[in-house]
Amino acid sequence: MADSIAGKSYWHQNQRRIAPWIFLAPGVFMFAVYVIIPIFQSMEISLYDWDGIGEKTFIGIENYIELLDDEAFYTSLINNLLWLLFYMLAVPAGLFMSLFLNQTVFGIRLVKSLFFFPFVISQVVVGLVFAWFYDPTFGLLALIFKTFGFQPLAVLADERYVTYGIIFAGLWPQTAYCMILYLTGLNAVDPEQIEAGRLDGAKGWRMLWHVVLPQLRPATFIAVVVTVIGALRSFDLVSIMTDGGPYGSSRVLAYYMYEQALSEYGFRMGYGAAIAVVLFVIMMVYISGFLWSMYRQEREGR
Amino acid sequence: MKRKLTAVLAGAMLGCLSAASAQSGEIVLNSDTSDPAPKAAMQALIDGFQKAHPDVTVKWNNFDHEGYKTSIRNFLTAEPPDVAAWYAGNRMAPFVEAGLFEDVTSVWENNNLDETLKSAAASMTIDGKKWGVPYTYYQWGIYYRQDIFDELGLEVPKTWEELKAVCAKLKENDITPFTIGTKTLWPTGGWFDYMNLRTNGYEFHMDLTAGKVPYNDPRVVEVFRLWAELVEPGYYIDNHAAYDWQEAVPFFVRGAAAMYLMGNFAVDVMKNAGLKEDQLGFMQFPAITPGIPMAEDAPTDTLHIPSNAPNKADAKKFLAYLARAEVQTEMNRILGQLPVNSQSERPDDKFLAQGFEMLSNAYALAQFYDRDAPAAMAKAGMEGFQEFMVKPKNIDRILKRLEKVRARVYK
Repeated sequence: MADSIAGKSYWHQNQRRIAPWIFLAPGVFMFAVYVIIPIFQSMEISLYDWDGIGEKTFIGIENYIELLDDEAFYTSLINNLLWLLFYMLAVPAGLFMSLFLNQTVFGIRLVKSLFFFPFVISQVVVGLVFAWFYDPTFGLLALIFKTFGFQPLAVLADERYVTYGIIFAGLWPQTAYCMILYLTGLNAVDPEQIEAGRLDGAKGWRMLWHVVLPQLRPATFIAVVVTVIGALRSFDLVSIMTDGGPYGSSRVLAYYMYEQALSEYGFRMGYGAAIAVVLFVIMMVYISGFLWSMYRQEREGR
Repeated sequence: MKRKLTAVLAGAMLGCLSAASAQSGEIVLNSDTSDPAPKAAMQALIDGFQKAHPDVTVKWNNFDHEGYKTSIRNFLTAEPPDVAAWYAGNRMAPFVEAGLFEDVTSVWENNNLDETLKSAAASMTIDGKKWGVPYTYYQWGIYYRQDIFDELGLEVPKTWEELKAVCAKLKENDITPFTIGTKTLWPTGGWFDYMNLRTNGYEFHMDLTAGKVPYNDPRVVEVFRLWAELVEPGYYIDNHAAYDWQEAVPFFVRGAAAMYLMGNFAVDVMKNAGLKEDQLGFMQFPAITPGIPMAEDAPTDTLHIPSNAPNKADAKKFLAYLARAEVQTEMNRILGQLPVNSQSERPDDKFLAQGFEMLSNAYALAQFYDRDAPAAMAKAGMEGFQEFMVKPKNIDRILKRLEKVRARVYK
């Protein structure tokens, strides 16, 4: 106890301030090496013409200029917007499914897990299953159409329907995901408030809208965030179900980037990186918007 | 050339498995022979080589066929093997130009390969040097249902007019003339190649794929005008964009379609699906412009030495062994394909015999649209062909787009 403060080392004086950083260091290091630095590397590569093995040539913003005049880029962009829009259906669909399943009946746990099943299986499997479902000659959908005397619809071979067909396949697992988020949310709904609402005469839709939904806000928030991100990075289903076809009409930005940079006929690293940067900027706008509103909410909440 | 279901993930899986550092007396071979027959043929080659050269051990990394196309770029720069499988023609040009493939002209000269592998010599040559050794190829052509042709009293068409007449007759009898699956795009390349080779000839095909001719050239427009004569009357199965080439086979097997322009590897699939040998026939793609010498598509598979290979001396022994007549006989017997070495024995299969006959009389051999044209052009091109086969009316827009791509790719 005789030691004065001045006698303590720097480490002892500042332990509390330094320790968190030491614990964070491995994570920060990994995050920097595998996330932050590659972002800037991509931006750098997008200024070059490079096939991945040969010499890099600096071409400035030419890749971006080419993007502006690239039909395939606009197709991908529009498809990404369609994905954003229609993928959102997973949120209300998941909500209603969870409301439906949120009851205490014998065996409901089994039913819940069965409903959750599509999210557990790989996207590749989902894609294959739906590709067979849509098969215009032997598929289930074709059989249904034929039973009612219609010409079978070649969903995946028709540029008008192909993107919707893939989004629909994507909704299957995504709805299950949103459902599970809401189911956990519903567990946390305060029974007293429901009771109070009931005493005040709220029923059905009014009850849902004014009493239950506000309490589900955290679940809604997460559901929307994961759905938006899922829509923007949609890649596996497109790749499995159509390879971006027919004639590139179901491409999305992530797939187009892969096609240009890494696929069999691609290896235009610079151009692929330019597409990635555009996708990054779109995501950034969205994510920072969301972070901002979250930040505001937290401040209001205090 | 046999491309199966797109395996997107497969590329990454095997990437890290490649060549461990080889000591002298050991060579590392990377290949994409993942299908059963190619795998067995490669095994036979390795076993034979070990017997002939007991002092050299061969370490073999067999990659997934689709994934290999991505992996090769990684291992050639990072950890090169001593021998790597690839393809002839323009497909190997990026690696040759990047200095990743070794010049193997000496192997050709020391073993008199210019003589024995003559038919494929041109497609192995860039800048007057040889960059690999070919060991197998196969013919493309129209496979047709012999029984359906017999039943309707149809003759094998020799000219464009006859082909259209056959198509019309089939269509009258509610049989779609041609099956095709364009989902993976490359089958459209076969059609364009043949339409172009027959309309404008081999030299034009090479000029076009070398980027010397614009896509809105009247001769290209003419190809599509003629092709539209098959597309517009509905002579191809509906919804072909929904199928890959294997998924298009059932239409042929059930008799809903009577002809299939394909490579010889399709015969195996057709037979496995239940067709008997006498139900199947093979014909050369008919002549279109009279007097144009008949050239054919015959994609060739090859082995190369990476320029950073640790053990080039033994790798060259391996390539020399691969070029031998009896080795190619044995490999192609297993593959069910044609040996490149002219002194090899031909497999006595009905279709291969016909194919050999056709290829030996061919004026010249093209590799295939997506091997002769650079990758970026091939992708855009085949996408355009697919769009044309669904919407022939869009042709002007398609050609304008292709011309834009050509201007960029070949600059």
